[in-house]
Amino acid sequence: MRMPRLTAFLTATAVFASAFTLAANAGEVHVLNWKGYGADEPWAIAAFEKATGNKVVNDFFNSEQEMLTKLRTNPGLYDVVMINAAFNDQAMAGKLIQPIDVSKLANYADISKDKAGSPMLNHDGKVYGVPWVWGLTALAINEKSFPKPPTSIAEMWDPAHKGRVIIRDDAVEAVQFGAIASGQNINDIKDMEAVKAKLTSLMPQIKTFWSSENDWNQMVASNQIDIGTYWSGSADRAKTHFKLPVSLVIPQEGAVAWLDAFSIPAGSKNVEGAEAFINYMIDPKFYVEWVTKVGAPVSANTKAVEALPEDAFNRKVMGDPEVAKRIQFQAPVTDEQREKYLALWQELKVNVK
Amino acid sequence: MADQHAIGSRRGLKPALPLLLPAYLWLTVAIFLPLSAMVFFSFMTDLPLAGREWAFTLDNYAAFFSQSLYLTLLLASLRLGLEVTLWCVVIGYPAAYVLAKVLKGRSREAIFLLVILPFWSNGLVRIFSWAMVLREGGILDTALNAVLPFKINIDLMYSYPAVIIGLVHSYVPYMVLTCYLTLQAIDDSLIEAGRSLGASRRQVLWRVIIPLSMPGLIAGAALIFVPVVGSFMEPRILGGRTGTFYGTVIEDQFVAVFNWPLGAALSFILLAVVLVILAVASPMLKRAA
Repeated sequence: MRMPRLTAFLTATAVFASAFTLAANAGEVHVLNWKGYGADEPWAIAAFEKATGNKVVNDFFNSEQEMLTKLRTNPGLYDVVMINAAFNDQAMAGKLIQPIDVSKLANYADISKDKAGSPMLNHDGKVYGVPWVWGLTALAINEKSFPKPPTSIAEMWDPAHKGRVIIRDDAVEAVQFGAIASGQNINDIKDMEAVKAKLTSLMPQIKTFWSSENDWNQMVASNQIDIGTYWSGSADRAKTHFKLPVSLVIPQEGAVAWLDAFSIPAGSKNVEGAEAFINYMIDPKFYVEWVTKVGAPVSANTKAVEALPEDAFNRKVMGDPEVAKRIQFQAPVTDEQREKYLALWQELKVNVK
Repeated sequence: MADQHAIGSRRGLKPALPLLLPAYLWLTVAIFLPLSAMVFFSFMTDLPLAGREWAFTLDNYAAFFSQSLYLTLLLASLRLGLEVTLWCVVIGYPAAYVLAKVLKGRSREAIFLLVILPFWSNGLVRIFSWAMVLREGGILDTALNAVLPFKINIDLMYSYPAVIIGLVHSYVPYMVLTCYLTLQAIDDSLIEAGRSLGASRRQVLWRVIIPLSMPGLIAGAALIFVPVVGSFMEPRILGGRTGTFYGTVIEDQFVAVFNWPLGAALSFILLAVVLVILAVASPMLKRAA
């Protein structure tokens, strides 16, 4: 008597469990993105759910490698994933993402041609990524420490800011920053020694390394830093949302630009919902609300940027042709380069003692 | 009567098995299996996820020896472990002595509670509260400047001393607890005998109290030294640009670059070094005890 009852119980549980999973998959869109990066805004999710009937389930990653690992270890779980264009290649080569039928996305036609046609997102005539927003890794300053904003990257090496400089604890970002400071192409660094020398002389200036927006904002809030590398969208958020004395500086030497795009993972169970979600994310209405309420990078959708007020930073400064000439878009980085950069970065951090 | 006798005298492993089983099952599932998986990873070229190519290799271990970086970091971490242990002895031992031999009754309970109290809060919370205290314009800086007639500038945040302070604070209760247990077990009449035979207070301390409490000191030191050598959270948050240690590099391999094989290999090298140190030190420490 005992055993059959147990078996029955187990079967019942299994049936229930599968019934629940089926029900759960019907109208759910599982989104994988950075935390606090647009796709998880409560007002946006509410609006999307009301409009389409799909339920949004967010999951987050803390580094591109973590995102790739999550895609590899959970095939079929996610419907939408946000991938930096420089990593799109790697995701496609690993068969982690599938081609997107852009004819289903009403807003796709408004995406600027140079972004939509980026070779990083298109392979064999198929679209593997829908450009969402782009931004810069540039400098941001604590307005309290500068009577007028600096124009050169050399400000980071100024002895006046000794112990009040901050940079991100990220090998690729640090090396590319060193490349700009030594006047090189970030995607084709010829003189690694020059990069190393630049970064070595920067080390004594540094207060600490940051790894999240929160670190940066707290350092400014407690007035512990003057200047540091920062992301354009984050600087905007710090000013708009957290009311901190932060402003972005695009140095005359240039800045690193990146493009973030949405992809649909291979094996997605709700491709229709994913398409609806991506279309909503590139919609001007969502973008304007995101910029006004929270602060955001620049939309890849030209109509969305035009919907901003004339003097908005994302329209006026980021849309300035002079700025466009200075910035360098990040190309894919091979694993080999990444490991080389990490070795250099670790060596610099160890020798600082 | 005869039955009871039989139960009492049965000393084989068999009857003990049901009692041991839960603990060993738990150890197998929670410690042994994951650890073996990590040993396995440390000999692989890549993680076998989603059909990625992998093979067995010794490269991950060779990486440690081919770059001076890892050795430098390991030595820095060992030094950190020694310094933190030393400070824990300096601060924890006198406190344990007072608890065991001076205070009695209610006041002992109260002080004991204060020693244990930090354990009740999350480690991360403790470290972040140190960040508020140590930084320039923080609680320590403001408080000292409010009291002192002259102006001093205290900015310990993001420095080596900050890492030491944070770690000592986190680990000193271990030293107090282990020393308290051995000190409490010392018979007061031994101390009185020493005193009545003409030994000075200092001689009693060195010849009676410290040798008898040595097992507690050693246990505390081992409990502190091992985790401190591998610590990464405290150096990262409090150390700033000087906060790169062996533990933080291992963390980077797991979290930032997802090179689990190298991270696992570095961890096992650390484990081996710590075991060698403990093995070399144990006869010496045994003699001392």
